[in-house]
Amino acid sequence: MSTPEVLLAVLRRGPAHGYDLKRDHDEWFPDGRPLAYGQVYSTLARLERDGLVEVVETRTEGGPERTVYAVTEAGEAHVQTWLSDPAPAGGGSTEEIVRKAIAALRTGADPAPFLVAQRAAHLRRMRALADEPVADPVAGLARDHLVAHLDADLRWLDLAVARTSQATTNPAAPVGGTR
Amino acid sequence: MTAPNEDTAIELVGVEHAYRRTVALRGVSLRVDAGEVVAVTGPSGCGKSTALHVAAGILRPQGGMVRILGRDLADLDETARTLLRRRRVGIVLQFGQLVPDLTVLDNVALPLLLDGYDRFAARTAARGWLVRVGLDGEADTPSAELSGGQGQRAAVARALVTGPSVVLADEPTGSLDTVGGEQLLDLLLAAARERGAAVVLVTHDNVVASRADREVRLLDGHVATEAVLR
Repeated sequence: MSTPEVLLAVLRRGPAHGYDLKRDHDEWFPDGRPLAYGQVYSTLARLERDGLVEVVETRTEGGPERTVYAVTEAGEAHVQTWLSDPAPAGGGSTEEIVRKAIAALRTGADPAPFLVAQRAAHLRRMRALADEPVADPVAGLARDHLVAHLDADLRWLDLAVARTSQATTNPAAPVGGTR
Repeated sequence: MTAPNEDTAIELVGVEHAYRRTVALRGVSLRVDAGEVVAVTGPSGCGKSTALHVAAGILRPQGGMVRILGRDLADLDETARTLLRRRRVGIVLQFGQLVPDLTVLDNVALPLLLDGYDRFAARTAARGWLVRVGLDGEADTPSAELSGGQGQRAAVARALVTGPSVVLADEPTGSLDTVGGEQLLDLLLAAARERGAAVVLVTHDNVVASRADREVRLLDGHVATEAVLR
């Protein structure tokens, strides 16, 4: 996960404390999982240890002490490299929907009810996203990515239904791509 | 004679239809309530376009029953079917089906002109819809000169100009890019919602399907699954 780099990118806009970083992160990715405060502070501690951020101020504004962090030159270089390097193109962790379908097939269970229910769940999620438009066009890009992924999953689910039903009607046919 | 109950906008019961050698629909039953948006999806050749043509009364099925707004199509003569379709049903077909020699404005005004509206009233209403679909600059362009996406927008305007109670659309955003397609779909659904109209969207596009209240998935001429999405 790239949480440290995203926090560094947030800090490029100016020094901030953990609360600001969490709030900005969650605003940037409104459909993503919100950052836990514990994760923010543990990440900041690691970034400080590695010399990528530094403490520039400790504020007490009538409440608990707040530590203000700023990105260092090394942190700036790190985030610049991260922004320009391509991310790994797929091949990462296998999604749970794939795991469930494969597990069903390998154990002789019928995957069709799961595939059909999953299709409906994906469409419902897409619909919920469409019902809550994102006003900020930059945050909308993260939304577009999520919708594109849901769409890709749905295409895979259709393919899985077609391939598994083919295998059921013709047991000799392997479940897999044609060559 | 009592007025038909229009709570159910479209009802297909056990509809069967075959083209020469290909069976397109094998006992399809489908019900769409007033105000409901239903996506009909499925792989190519599953019968979804045939189902839409049957629901529109364009295609007379070889078996089963079709009701539009509570009226059994088998009980209506050709004139009554045409009037029902023209006044109460808005249809967007896959390739626009505009009259190529007419201007965009006259294409959109056509359903009203055919229904006896005077030219000024029909054109005024049509102009309003051209503004809504972003084609006001093309009012006087012969429709043959439109791009595929512009043609689809004009077809949507023509389908909505009569204020229909049922909107049937076959791949309504197929020729448009993602953003243009979303905008046109928003417009179509908002217009339908304003009137409490039922909408049937035949589509292979998951994003379009996800905007429906319910998905009916066809496979090999029959209803394979149904899912409530709202």
